[in-house]
Amino acid sequence: MNEQATSGSAVLEINDLAVGLGGAARSQRVIDGISLHVRERETLCVVGESGSGKSVTALTVMGLLPKRVLTPVGGSVRLAGEELLSASSKRLRQLRATTMAMIFQEPMTALNPVVPIGRQIDEVLRVHTDLDARARRQRILQMMEQVRLPEIERIFASYPHRLSGGQRQRIMIAMALVLKPKLLIADEPTTALDVTTQKQILTLIRDLQRDHGTAVLFITHDMGVVAEIADRVAVMRNGKLVETGPLDTILRAPTMEYTRNLLSSVPSLVPRPPRPRTDEPVVLEANELGKIYREHSFFGHAREVAAAQDVTLTLRKGRTLGIVGESGSGKSTVARCILRLIDPTSGRVRLAGHEISNLSRRLLRSHRRRIQIIFQDPYRSLNPRITVGETIAEGPVNFGVPHADALAKSRELLELVGLPPDAISRFPHQFSGGQRQRIAIARALALDPDVLVADEAVSALDVSVQAQVLDLLDEIQTRLGVALLFITHDLRVAAQICDDVAVMQHGRVVEHGSAAQVLTSPQQAYTRSLIDAAPGRGWDFANFRPVETAAMS
Amino acid sequence: MFGYLVRRILAAIPVMGVVALFVFLLLRLTPGDPAAIIAGDNASPEQLERIRTMLGLNEPLYVQFFTWIGRLLRGDLGVSLISNVPVLTMIGQRIEPSISIAVATIILSILVAVPLGTIAAWKHGTWIDRFVMVLSVVGFSVPVFVIGYVLIQIFAIDLRWLPVQGYRSIAAGFGPFFERIILPTCTLSFIYIALIARMTRAAMLDVLNEDYVRTARAKGLRETAVLLRHGLRNAAVPVITVIGTGFALLISGVVVTESVFNLPGIGRLTVDAVLARDYPVIQAMILLTSALYVAVNLLVDVAYTLLDPRIRY
Repeated sequence: MNEQATSGSAVLEINDLAVGLGGAARSQRVIDGISLHVRERETLCVVGESGSGKSVTALTVMGLLPKRVLTPVGGSVRLAGEELLSASSKRLRQLRATTMAMIFQEPMTALNPVVPIGRQIDEVLRVHTDLDARARRQRILQMMEQVRLPEIERIFASYPHRLSGGQRQRIMIAMALVLKPKLLIADEPTTALDVTTQKQILTLIRDLQRDHGTAVLFITHDMGVVAEIADRVAVMRNGKLVETGPLDTILRAPTMEYTRNLLSSVPSLVPRPPRPRTDEPVVLEANELGKIYREHSFFGHAREVAAAQDVTLTLRKGRTLGIVGESGSGKSTVARCILRLIDPTSGRVRLAGHEISNLSRRLLRSHRRRIQIIFQDPYRSLNPRITVGETIAEGPVNFGVPHADALAKSRELLELVGLPPDAISRFPHQFSGGQRQRIAIARALALDPDVLVADEAVSALDVSVQAQVLDLLDEIQTRLGVALLFITHDLRVAAQICDDVAVMQHGRVVEHGSAAQVLTSPQQAYTRSLIDAAPGRGWDFANFRPVETAAMS
Repeated sequence: MFGYLVRRILAAIPVMGVVALFVFLLLRLTPGDPAAIIAGDNASPEQLERIRTMLGLNEPLYVQFFTWIGRLLRGDLGVSLISNVPVLTMIGQRIEPSISIAVATIILSILVAVPLGTIAAWKHGTWIDRFVMVLSVVGFSVPVFVIGYVLIQIFAIDLRWLPVQGYRSIAAGFGPFFERIILPTCTLSFIYIALIARMTRAAMLDVLNEDYVRTARAKGLRETAVLLRHGLRNAAVPVITVIGTGFALLISGVVVTESVFNLPGIGRLTVDAVLARDYPVIQAMILLTSALYVAVNLLVDVAYTLLDPRIRY
């Protein structure tokens, strides 16, 4: 692949590009001296953590930077030999979709909700070609078939909300490639998708690239995805290029410290060595838990949706149980039922020996302190108007602890999660994502819970930060003996933190066992397909080598 | 869609029922003898008795209510206490100017405010945006009658382009009719334009930050196509909502405008009825405006389902 790739001519050449905040030439630079090139039939992966400037680079090429906020202040961007930074907006409009096209991270919001799918693709053809209505329709249906959409006639006439995330991303790809552009820019196109869908989309992009000879600039933060799709890799950090090279070289022998750290932070799919079994008491028990949603229509026909069925789980003190599964598998529903944030329709939950599934809200209150939750998005789960100290102290104060004592406890907890003491009087917006998640952990610990539920608690974080937060959770568990119910879609994360793993699909637990057993010798076809779909499973990133086939089987 | 419409109309019945009950009780719960209130301070006992019998005030309350509702459903809104003309006839004679101004105001406001708000959002942060915002604050804060008198001073008295006041029926020719509704319509439109422009701008600002607008630009569409097809269609739902709720504003505005321009509309009719304690007319006007408001909100909800395929009932 590499041999062939390097022989093509350069489709995109970025030289010494600089992008500044605002319009002034001497303003602060968010992109500083980036040089990249992508050739025909080649995939260049740009990797970096949030804030590294990878998306800004892509938007600069497309000429889609937000006006008056970000402006290119130096360097050059050439597309098939033509300079883009000095091109008129009319010329850029002509080039978009015909010579360069882009697909985005969030397929759920990238399509106009009030225009039918077919019309949205048709717009591209109407603007850029002279084809008549029949020829355009023909071309669109053909393209929809190429991106392997089912029932293309029906989807052509549907609105976006009728389609799944994977289908919408296929539509985006069809829309981007319908005029066979020379360059496709893909900005985290699979990040919002489940692993199995992700795998299909990556394969699709690969196949279409082979058929059309497209050059692909693929932006991602996920090293697994890089290993699957890249010919060459460019690593970015803080608006600068760290290093660039062929995939194999970057993964096996990265020269820069930052790249080595980035690779070392990728959690391994191989489970960590199992901890010895314990006889500690069971703190959480769910028995045949079920949650059924009933939709009532006007004429009284009720439709039932089982979000969770027959879920039985046990968690001992000081242990970690992972619930893994794709979106819609019911893992969050189970967590919410256990916390009684929603009421289960059947089954029982025993928390530290007390049955809580049928307690009234009032009686439940005294049990709330025994189980606490950390949510996925650290940017939305903390009240922006309340200081960190008060946020952490609020729980204990609610349970009658004097305010001064609660604040003293806040201070201790902030130290425990590795934040400076002055954090106590600051507000959430003054912290980074990783720090906020530490605050969320401190808040959850303030009530001395027996069980901590982490609902995708590290999914929104960059890998290096993710590794730190996982270490923190591990350390806290060792010190305080808290039991952890860890909900994640990421098998790598599950492999590194869980003692036991339950795999969920369609609201049911399909496989349940020790992490080592479930992740290395899965019994169920669904578990196997999840593991097979995990991107980069052939690589042991932290040790800069492919996984030994012996270790996998 | 049809089922939804039927259900919504059925749901409007209890709402109107509550309004009717309120209107009925309005007269009966006013302190003192309704007949005395109606007849005035100098009425003789015989006059009072005659009014009581006429209004059925000697019957039990629930009988009175059902008799009243029964008449209402047959289109009998009672007879004016002052002029002895049936209320329905009075409304029929006076509704044309009011409807003309209201419809013209809505059309003019949408034609002016939606483009204004859209451009303000598109040129967010520039002088155009700030100009539109200032205009909108002025439109909100200056009372309707002030705007009316200023417009009369400029266009009718100084420039002598338009008549100062009065009304000609559209049946008597479009020219004279049109001349006389221009100033009232412009007067009333100010506040409505301010409201709609502000809402359009806010809704468009939200929509222009959406991912699908970025997608539209990435497709190489012209800015006008981006703004209209992808922007405005998505911003339409909140804008329609505010046009609907702003209808209440329009009703109160019509009353003031008709007084300023001396138009023989139902706004003036209401004011005169209140001053003269002409209870049957007041009751009819409350019922009429409530029914209009319910109907407009129904239209707004139907518009939602047409504008946004995700909204299904």
